[in-house]
Amino acid sequence: MTLNGWLQIAIFFALVLLSAKPMGSYMTRVFERRKTFLDPVLRPVERLLYRATGVREGEEMRWTEYASSMLIFSLVTMLLTFAVERLQHLLPLNPQHLPAVAPDLAWNTAVSFTTNTNWQAYSPESTMSYLTQMLGLATHNFWSAAVGLALAIAFIRGIARREMKTLGNFWVDLTRGTLWVLLPISIVFALVLVSQGVVQNLRPYDTVQLLEPQKVTATGADGKMTTTAVTTQTIAQGPVASQEAIKMLGTNGGGFFNANSSHPFENPTPLTNFLQMLSIFLIPAGLTFTLGQMVGSPKHGWAVFAAMSVLWFAGVLTCYWAEAQPNPLLHGVDQRASITQAGGNMEGKEVRFGIANSALFATVTTDASCGAVNSMHDSFTPLGGLVPLTNILLGEIIFGGVGAGMYGMLIFVVLSVFIAGLMVGRTPEYLGKKIESKDVQLAMLYLLIFPFVILGFTAISVQAPSFGLSSLANHGPHGLSEILYAYTSATGNNGSAFAGLNANTHWYNASLGIAMFVGRFCMLIPMLAIAGNLAAKKSIPASAGTFPVTTPLFSILLVGVILIVGALTFFPALALGPILEHLLMLSGHSF
Amino acid sequence: MLFASLKSASETSASTKSRRSILSGAIVRRAMLNSFLKLNPVTMAHNPVMFVVEVGSVLTTILLILNALNHRGHTGFNLQITLWLWFTVLFANFAEAMAEGRGKAQADALRLAKSETTAYRVSKSGIEQVASSLLRSGDVVRVTTGQMIPGDGEVIEGIASVDESAITGESAPVIREAGGDRSAVTGGTRVLSDVITVKITSNPGETFLDRMIALVEGAERQKTPNEIALNILLAGLTIIFLLAVVTLQPFAIYSGAPQSVFVLVSLLVCLIPTTIGGLLSAIGIAGMDRLVQHNVLATSGRAVEAAGDVNTLLLDKTGTITLGNRQASEFVAAPGVSDEQLADAAQLSSLPDETPEGRSIVVLAKERYGLRGRELGQLNAEFIPFSATTRMSGIDLEGRSIRKGAVDAISKYLVEQGSQLPDEVRGSVEQIARSGGTPLVVAENGRALGVIHLKDIVKGGMRERFDQLRAMGIRTIMITGDNPLTAAAIAREAGVDDFLAEAKPKDKMDLIRREQSEGKLVAMTGDGTNDAPALAQADVGVAMNSGTQAAKEAGNMVDLDSNPTKLIEIVAIGKQLLMTRGALTTFSISNDVAKYFAIIPAMFAGVFPVLNSLNIMHLRTPESAILSAIIFNALIIITLVPLALRGVKYRPSSAAALLQRNLIVYGLGGIIVPFIGIKLIDMLITAIHLV
Repeated sequence: MTLNGWLQIAIFFALVLLSAKPMGSYMTRVFERRKTFLDPVLRPVERLLYRATGVREGEEMRWTEYASSMLIFSLVTMLLTFAVERLQHLLPLNPQHLPAVAPDLAWNTAVSFTTNTNWQAYSPESTMSYLTQMLGLATHNFWSAAVGLALAIAFIRGIARREMKTLGNFWVDLTRGTLWVLLPISIVFALVLVSQGVVQNLRPYDTVQLLEPQKVTATGADGKMTTTAVTTQTIAQGPVASQEAIKMLGTNGGGFFNANSSHPFENPTPLTNFLQMLSIFLIPAGLTFTLGQMVGSPKHGWAVFAAMSVLWFAGVLTCYWAEAQPNPLLHGVDQRASITQAGGNMEGKEVRFGIANSALFATVTTDASCGAVNSMHDSFTPLGGLVPLTNILLGEIIFGGVGAGMYGMLIFVVLSVFIAGLMVGRTPEYLGKKIESKDVQLAMLYLLIFPFVILGFTAISVQAPSFGLSSLANHGPHGLSEILYAYTSATGNNGSAFAGLNANTHWYNASLGIAMFVGRFCMLIPMLAIAGNLAAKKSIPASAGTFPVTTPLFSILLVGVILIVGALTFFPALALGPILEHLLMLSGHSF
Repeated sequence: MLFASLKSASETSASTKSRRSILSGAIVRRAMLNSFLKLNPVTMAHNPVMFVVEVGSVLTTILLILNALNHRGHTGFNLQITLWLWFTVLFANFAEAMAEGRGKAQADALRLAKSETTAYRVSKSGIEQVASSLLRSGDVVRVTTGQMIPGDGEVIEGIASVDESAITGESAPVIREAGGDRSAVTGGTRVLSDVITVKITSNPGETFLDRMIALVEGAERQKTPNEIALNILLAGLTIIFLLAVVTLQPFAIYSGAPQSVFVLVSLLVCLIPTTIGGLLSAIGIAGMDRLVQHNVLATSGRAVEAAGDVNTLLLDKTGTITLGNRQASEFVAAPGVSDEQLADAAQLSSLPDETPEGRSIVVLAKERYGLRGRELGQLNAEFIPFSATTRMSGIDLEGRSIRKGAVDAISKYLVEQGSQLPDEVRGSVEQIARSGGTPLVVAENGRALGVIHLKDIVKGGMRERFDQLRAMGIRTIMITGDNPLTAAAIAREAGVDDFLAEAKPKDKMDLIRREQSEGKLVAMTGDGTNDAPALAQADVGVAMNSGTQAAKEAGNMVDLDSNPTKLIEIVAIGKQLLMTRGALTTFSISNDVAKYFAIIPAMFAGVFPVLNSLNIMHLRTPESAILSAIIFNALIIITLVPLALRGVKYRPSSAAALLQRNLIVYGLGGIIVPFIGIKLIDMLITAIHLV
């Protein structure tokens, strides 16, 4: 670990902290439909959209209507993407003449992008046409993020409102989130990316001559060795910058290229790397301030921010420390950080980013449900890889995905208030709302779905040699980590891959698709039901006897509940995966 | 007999009393038997956490038998696991049985008071003798000296002294009379003197005594809203951990280290919240029981919970905040008159006055100026009693004519005598009125001597209690019929947050509605029939046992001591109940950390010795580690039974302070204690070669 590394991490956090308030209060204005500086441009567009679609701006929705509107919207857009994928060979903007996407992969990908997961069981540059990338995938980067944002706002309204039956209008929230928040920032960000060298074109791929032709030896099916000389290289092109900006800002994470943010056309410089990480946290961190503002307790927003920050820091610290350690299996090799080398574990990491920025990126992208990667998590040390895995297993609530992180965290807040609230001698209450059996029931349902999907599918996969284990590149605890990571990433709607697992099989495409679908939509319904239930409640005025949700003690409690309830569920699985692998590595075994 | 002991236990010695009854041999014996009876799966199914433990126990028992038949497995270890699993269930049952046992013992004692008596029913044809159990609501009975009142009712004729010790434990007789707020009588109490005619108001099986028996016995016990919510949380956590354990086996097989069912069940039972799951219903029953020990009967557990949630307390001024009567506190002499002179005249005029106010004047004069009360007979004096026309009282003796009364009455009297009230005296009168006191002017032979300051005396320690309530976020509102000026002064002195002056029953009702519309919960006490609507509207309505039947039916609690200040204790008991639940829930969940560190390395260290580095407690062998964890898990339930029955320590303070204290004790403590406990058990069972 170097001073330079720590400084970069510190600057990153300082900027997240500084941006939270302006970003948060801007979003409050947007969703409370107050005046913003973009109104002169965007209001006419907004009105036109409503007129064209028949949305009545002033109409309020109950939680059930809100949920069904959201589901219908997601379903329709999911089918659109599925159709585009299946028909891309007939559609324009396919200079590489890529064939139609296979049905199971098309389903997997459509679900993946609709759910803000962006799990990619394929290599984009050899699978998806430009039109599919733009119309089928990039659109979802906006929509799924806007849906998440709308849902978080609906939940916050549920807390803030008193004795009301409605949570707002889904279509209005969706439109305003897209027009006022996602689009303007993405446009500016895309231009900055272009200035740094990210490509933006619709040209066919370039083919260049290699300066040093390579000889590749392969064993054929008949057992004969064949050697071919590779003399050319194909360089993929495409409308990358426009997709890259929203990929980060919307915590989507689906790369334009297979190598994702480690590809020089996606993430060329340390500056773009820094901005990409920052844009992941920009909206989720801002939402903590929006929460505080909308519920009338800014301190509560900061208390939630603090809890998230503590968990984020613990992750970065562990990951950076683990990755900066010399590899214990390499004896007599100088692995110290110096002017000439990064030191530590550089396998699977880009030299232009180094240890600190790879560890930070891995932590941030899994804290939030982004899933973009600038290094290969599979190549991390076992403890370094434990961090991204644990981050997702906690439920993507450390800032979390756009909107999804906020409402996921609020479920934990409700649970913390319920568990500890009784200890102050009152029926647990959260910001004046009594937490009663119905709320607890729904919160437990929300919490239950998550481990059910992850542990269930992982257990099936590790017991199925034919379709589960056959995809594994590694055995032992590392193999368990690979499968566990895949289902965790899918269910948590993260989308990053641990790799080392061939997920483009019927079983994995189907089951991971189900995991993504359930992890998003089945968890949303109890969440919205809680919001609707809370909105209808009376609000008890605060007094000295009110459970404090604004103090450092509350932040500590929240962190404690997240760790105990969230992490303990997965401790046995983690013990046999990364923890065992780490201990075996120390004793000289690797996988 | 029983309630006599409860009575003495209330207030100061409640904790000693409860400790004594926890150790009572008969209750413990009965509870031990009941712990086995409660193994019935139909009963167990009401408690999902313990039901899972029971299913686990049955499963391991069956496997144990099958293994024994086939001569397989480490029987010694598996047998111990199975036994401790059963103990876990039994200990939880024991906790519940203990809590119920105390109530059952009380119910038995009450049944003795409910013996059959003969009633003398008044009918058209005269008086007929019927069994008390045949009386119906609406019947009229006559009860004479020495007879038991045959049922609950209202006195419609006569006045009598009644011994209510069977219900209240208070041996001093109380007066019950027709009309007014002292007309209610309870079946099972005894008339000590005189004759009353009582109209019966309840049918057999629905009497107050019947309700009391059902309540203390917990026969009608239903889960409270909070308990239901907590149960859902516990059930949810149980399912989550069930999932974690069930899926662990495939992971273990993949890793080449499959586990025995005994070990998996042990892990499951250690992880699910058995501590709180086992103690939850005991906590609820004990909370009701604590109220009974304070001589308060709640109609439901819901009411006890609501008491903990109360935001606003409505307290009647008289009798609750102040002593019942005004007392003389000061003599303010007119110019040219010495204080002694005024005190002497005031004392003389008050000698025949038997009202508490009059007596307090005599006492004050004696204390301040050493004036001893004189015998009226020796003075040859004529007493002028208070009359509605003159609105004065006084005394005439040996050429002295002394009068005392309200300022306007005396001033009129003075004018008639050709004199007038000096401005200075008028000034003192106004000053006293402004300070919340009642001024009484004293005049002798047509000359104003000065003013007596009659004051409402705030009960000792009330200000501190209101400060505590404020710290807990509870607002107190004083209800009084006084004018706003007087009310404000007393409110200030007593330290209440607000007051409602010149209150009529409707104002009280409006106040409650207003508070409730803001989402607040309101508690109040009352005794009169005109309190009944407000008692019914309040979230916690405590009726005085001395009050009317209507009031008792409207409220959701009855205070057998008829002590309105007890509302504050009721709130404390409600809070303590909720706190105990929260504290043990937190403790139970925090325990899991240590148990993981005991069991996970033990499960896999055989195949992967490197995992022993997770064995941070350095437990001796995998078997001893698993056994220690499961033993700790069982023993902690039985260890915490006294805490569950007595409730966690309660100090009135702000929510933030309570949270901090309880999080450290039960949250942090819950993480640390099992590490120590499991290690100690491991050392012990290794030493005695159990494994």
